[in-house]
Amino acid sequence: MTLVDHRAAVTAGATVRSLAEAALERVGDDALHAFLELDRARILADADALDRRRAAGETLPLAGVPVAIKDNLCQRGTKTTCGSRMLAEWEAPYDATVVARLRDAGALLFGKTNMDEFAMGSSTENSAFGPTRNPKDPERVPGGSSGGSAAVVGAGWVPMALGSDTGGSVRQPAAYCGVHALKPTYGRISRFGLVAFASSLDQVGPFGATAADCAALYDAIAGPDPREATSADRPVESGTAALEAGVAGLRVGVLRSTFRQSDGAVAQVVEDAARKLEAAGATLVDATVDHLDLGLDAYYLVAPAEAASNLARFDGARYGTRVSGRDLADTYRQTRALFGPEVVRRIVLGTYALSEGYADEAYVRASRARTALCRSYARTFEGVDLLLSPTAPTVAFPLGARTEDPVAMYAADVFTVPVSLAGLPASSSPAGEVGGLPVGVQLVAPPFAEARLFSAMQVFDR
Amino acid sequence: MTTWETVIGLEVHAQLATRTKLFCGCETTYGAAPNTQVCPVCLGYPGALPVPNARAIELAVRAGFALGSTVSRASRFARKSYFYPDLPKGYQISQMELPINEGGAVTFEGRTVALERAHLEEDAAKSTHVGSQTRVDFNRGGVPLLEIVSRPDLRSPAEAEAYLRALRSLLMTAGVNDGNLEEGSFRCDANISLRPLGSDVFGERVEIKNVNSFRFVRLALESEIARQRAVLQSGGRVERETRSWDEAAGVTRSMRGKEEAADYRYFPDPDLPALVLDEATLERWRAEVPELPAAREARWVEAGLTEYDAGVLGQHPAVARYFDAVCAATAMEPKKVANFVQGEVLGRIGTQGLEADVPVAPAALAGLLDLLAGDTIHGQAAKKVLGLMIDEGLDAATLVKREGLAQENDAEALEAQVRAVLDANPAQVTQFREGKTAVIGYFVGQVMKASRGKANPKTVKETLERLLAGE
Repeated sequence: MTLVDHRAAVTAGATVRSLAEAALERVGDDALHAFLELDRARILADADALDRRRAAGETLPLAGVPVAIKDNLCQRGTKTTCGSRMLAEWEAPYDATVVARLRDAGALLFGKTNMDEFAMGSSTENSAFGPTRNPKDPERVPGGSSGGSAAVVGAGWVPMALGSDTGGSVRQPAAYCGVHALKPTYGRISRFGLVAFASSLDQVGPFGATAADCAALYDAIAGPDPREATSADRPVESGTAALEAGVAGLRVGVLRSTFRQSDGAVAQVVEDAARKLEAAGATLVDATVDHLDLGLDAYYLVAPAEAASNLARFDGARYGTRVSGRDLADTYRQTRALFGPEVVRRIVLGTYALSEGYADEAYVRASRARTALCRSYARTFEGVDLLLSPTAPTVAFPLGARTEDPVAMYAADVFTVPVSLAGLPASSSPAGEVGGLPVGVQLVAPPFAEARLFSAMQVFDR
Repeated sequence: MTTWETVIGLEVHAQLATRTKLFCGCETTYGAAPNTQVCPVCLGYPGALPVPNARAIELAVRAGFALGSTVSRASRFARKSYFYPDLPKGYQISQMELPINEGGAVTFEGRTVALERAHLEEDAAKSTHVGSQTRVDFNRGGVPLLEIVSRPDLRSPAEAEAYLRALRSLLMTAGVNDGNLEEGSFRCDANISLRPLGSDVFGERVEIKNVNSFRFVRLALESEIARQRAVLQSGGRVERETRSWDEAAGVTRSMRGKEEAADYRYFPDPDLPALVLDEATLERWRAEVPELPAAREARWVEAGLTEYDAGVLGQHPAVARYFDAVCAATAMEPKKVANFVQGEVLGRIGTQGLEADVPVAPAALAGLLDLLAGDTIHGQAAKKVLGLMIDEGLDAATLVKREGLAQENDAEALEAQVRAVLDANPAQVTQFREGKTAVIGYFVGQVMKASRGKANPKTVKETLERLLAGE
């Protein structure tokens, strides 16, 4: 059921409560392990409250549609675990800005979704609470780190979900689960209340069963936030309004190098997707972005450096879980031993990248590569309106296939990470399937051209 | 015996006088119950983000202009990382590569000490150790500080103390710091090393932390010089370390050595974009920098005050402004105003932060001083009238009239009174003639008594001298 269907049902007289009950029924006992918290009583109470708001004459843009929330977004009245033992019992005393905006827009906040611990991972297998399964094949991963959010939309349980994307964490799981997702321009959607992984890269991103759902969710949450200093102070073009604008006349740059780096069958499906844009009136041209190959290396220095700093606050002193030791240092050691292995790996990597004597060859060099990459994208966008590539080089891989090989895991993000470093808006849309498994097509736009992305995403739903 | 030269550099943490913290809206009021001025941002809660306080930035820039620094058009906040319970995020938001103010100088007693920088940072929380427990009060965490780092240009503890006094006065006059040492609004760390006189390389330096009065800075430095000199004279080496001042024992004690020195892993804070300031705003703030203590003192000395007077009246910027306001409103010459204010008014001025609570408004005091300067009343009467003005809130002229305190200036009338006193005291007149000239004071007293305090004491004395000399 999409937002359009939901709205139609509500207009025809269905209550938000009845629609919520139906959604809960679809979830059943959550065979995918996509939810970390699904408080049925709370959801139904909220649904009743939404029905009362409607009865009182309030216009609710989201009409009580259920929206799942990634568990690194603070939501009053629920736990926000970040998929970590460190915050297993932590309840945020405030709403993230995006959550508050969803409440205002009349969304039904529908459970907190599973994720890689502190959003570090590409399969949701790094969750301290067990992996989520892919809705198309339960033996495969849903991608990550927003795997739970992608899975609940991919399974058709709810039409929309919020995720977060630092290096591809909404786009790659969207590709693996066959749904739409958007990572906005850095600064476009508030980070206030998003538990930080790498602050210069983190962005909240909407998932939708359709481009229209994704756009409606984007419209409800995007825009300036005085509580965030890096928030972009500029008006937002409606994604919904852009849906029917089409792609006629747009120049779409095809990043050929990414096709060569992908599985042949995946490349073919994405090629077909490109043709679909061409058939809709776009012009395809081959494009290159210089230094694209630096992306992964630069990302795995910059992101861990910021992560090591952002996660320093988890010392058990003020909130979260505390393991008391013999003395202060021992308490720190034991409390911080609650972090899982991937988080520890990134903290160590990031600490090294910023250490005296190493920072120049690690963090500083990576930052320089990042600047170079930003300039390359800007040059490429002088000649094209959008860039097109596969979202990921393969389809969803089997559970456990890459858990012992972090570098193979990191490679799942090779096409998404450079875009994050450049702070550009990008989408992933279902392009087709390979052996019954979804393939995603990634589109990248110049800064703040999200509306153009929605125009193109809509083409894949026709 | 080698002669050793002392090399001192000071790091001052001056709290910027804002109502709220540097990155959140929590109040900065001193002395509130522990952990009542806190929020998710200053407690470092997951998901909370810092937003810079515009007023703190303005005050930092005003300080920069007052210090003669180069104010940066684009500075950056950086994270300084270390683990301690009083640092809720595991890092302090400070500035490293691009501070808001670079360079500058503090001038005092004819000497100029150059500054490295004066940058913005947030304060840590306050730890209190109770037995085996540590209690942390986060009210102070996130309070805006300006860290002012001098070059190693100071050469003696006395000079260090004078520098600190001058810097405090400068910051208070610029309106950016309340100068309250007891409340920790102005704190100092000192770096000190010795080297053979004439050497141009620095010796190994020791940092002395947490010295909370100007006198203690001097004492701690003197004690540390003696310790380092003893180490060096005996052929030893001074270790690079951090020491703290033990007030009770009057010595410095080692806190941590070089091997425990932290790697702060500075990097630009990704939560805070570059702090860009436009020219127009900077020009406005530059133009609003008030007259600074050195210029004010020079102006006062030019007007006839002693350097001592200038020092006393310049101690607090509100007192200085009060004195200037009184001078502007009265015909009395500044030196006499200074004497009267120091003798009769200063003790009645209460200061709180950058504000002063004055007993009478400048215009009212000027009214009293005009009566004094114009010989309408004499000094004793002025003191009495000032007391009444404070108690009753009435103006000087009204009170002088009501109390009948206008003095008798009529020379003939006074001469008659003087003659009457001399006639009534032949024995004392004889004493005077025999050389006991001090008895003139007795005569003055008698005339004043006879006139019920109204006689002009100066004219009385002159008349006495004339009559006694003439007869």
